[in-house]
Amino acid sequence: MFPAPFAYERAEDVDHVIALLHEHGDEAKVLAGGQSLLPLMKFRLATPAVVIDLGHLEHLHAVAARGGRVAVGAAATHQAVIDSPLLRERCGALAEVVRRIGDPQVRHRGTFGGALAHGDAAGDLPALARALDAEFVLASQKRRRRVAAADFFTGHLQTVLADDEVVLRVEVPDLTGWSFAYEKFAPVSHAWAVVGVVALVRRDGNRIADVRIGLTHMGDVPLRATAAEAALRGAEAGVEAVRSAAALAGRDTSPPSDDNADATYRRHLARVLTARALGRALDLTVPNLETM
Amino acid sequence: MRAIEMIVDGATVRREVDPRLLLVHLLTDSLDRTGVNVGCDSSNCGACTVLLDGRSVKSCTVLAVQADGHEVTTVRGIAEEGDWHPLQTAFRNCHALQCGYCTPGMIMAAKDLLDAVPDPTDEQIREGLEGNLCRCTGYAPIVAAVREAADDLAAQRQG
Repeated sequence: MFPAPFAYERAEDVDHVIALLHEHGDEAKVLAGGQSLLPLMKFRLATPAVVIDLGHLEHLHAVAARGGRVAVGAAATHQAVIDSPLLRERCGALAEVVRRIGDPQVRHRGTFGGALAHGDAAGDLPALARALDAEFVLASQKRRRRVAAADFFTGHLQTVLADDEVVLRVEVPDLTGWSFAYEKFAPVSHAWAVVGVVALVRRDGNRIADVRIGLTHMGDVPLRATAAEAALRGAEAGVEAVRSAAALAGRDTSPPSDDNADATYRRHLARVLTARALGRALDLTVPNLETM
Repeated sequence: MRAIEMIVDGATVRREVDPRLLLVHLLTDSLDRTGVNVGCDSSNCGACTVLLDGRSVKSCTVLAVQADGHEVTTVRGIAEEGDWHPLQTAFRNCHALQCGYCTPGMIMAAKDLLDAVPDPTDEQIREGLEGNLCRCTGYAPIVAAVREAADDLAAQRQG
């Protein structure tokens, strides 16, 4: 399979990307690692007239501390995120989730910003970005703007990213000292999530001081398990709190029904995976929740 | 057309290519790298795995123009003339192939793994090969072969 013919532009710097996007608008697609875009182009589901290659923009690959947060360059590969000592120290949940994306070959090429901009409802990163309250820094000829993860995703494969805009970086908070776990249910190891749950917890003694729970593929956009989070804040960090919070994980969700799972089963998975993720994050042995 | 230059298995290669040409087709059709196989052609099976700057990639999902200025290693590039790489020897010893179609990709994925993790656990081997499908062996002999190759390479380093 070949992609349809396109004009190839190799961006020399960010201004060049922005100028090319301004010139070509919705005729153009930005190519970072290509692990989502190239399969779509080979299947002719995407037929951009112009492809703008970011592969040579070194500074879009950087991971760096920035104003108390960590800025992940949009073109940083998944492997670079896994390998980053800075992220390991300050936001280890990134590596925990990213190492479940695709397979090694995909993680060597695919990029953090690219996977987020793709906006796949079954992708692993959008729910993480939601749970982290990550901020997207977007640029076009007209303006630069910051968009919160809660506002970035608008539907399956849909985001607020305009035709002439590019993601420069994604900023995540310093969560040093938080514990975390990602539980992903997928039919085979390198497949998309049927449902995924990322849980991040800050303990204060035997209490849960703060918690963030992101849900993958429980709707067209990534969600927070807000009812479960509220039940856990201030609670004792024990099996009972986890069980009762996990029972709320499917609340206010609108999961899709497809060949892998119907909505009822997805809600069940959300409860089970939330219990497992919280249990692992809190280092608790939570009994099997099949009957919840 | 676009002029590109890259190192393939140690030799500099220059070509004029259509931007939509995939790396796998450059390697197989133009550079006679018959050890790079097209399997699923959709980034699932890993038969087309090569190393790009030392890390494994699926060459069906990389444009040739993206490899411009970089170094590509195929299965042909890991063996000296007449002298197999320990992974190749171990795959033969362990009967880690039947039809053999996945084998070059398996070996390149395993090489990436062993370069990064010289002494992997069986679980790490299985995770390291999660991007490569084999429909013949049931994987157990492949995992055994990677284990044997890791031990051989460790012995070589000590020897």
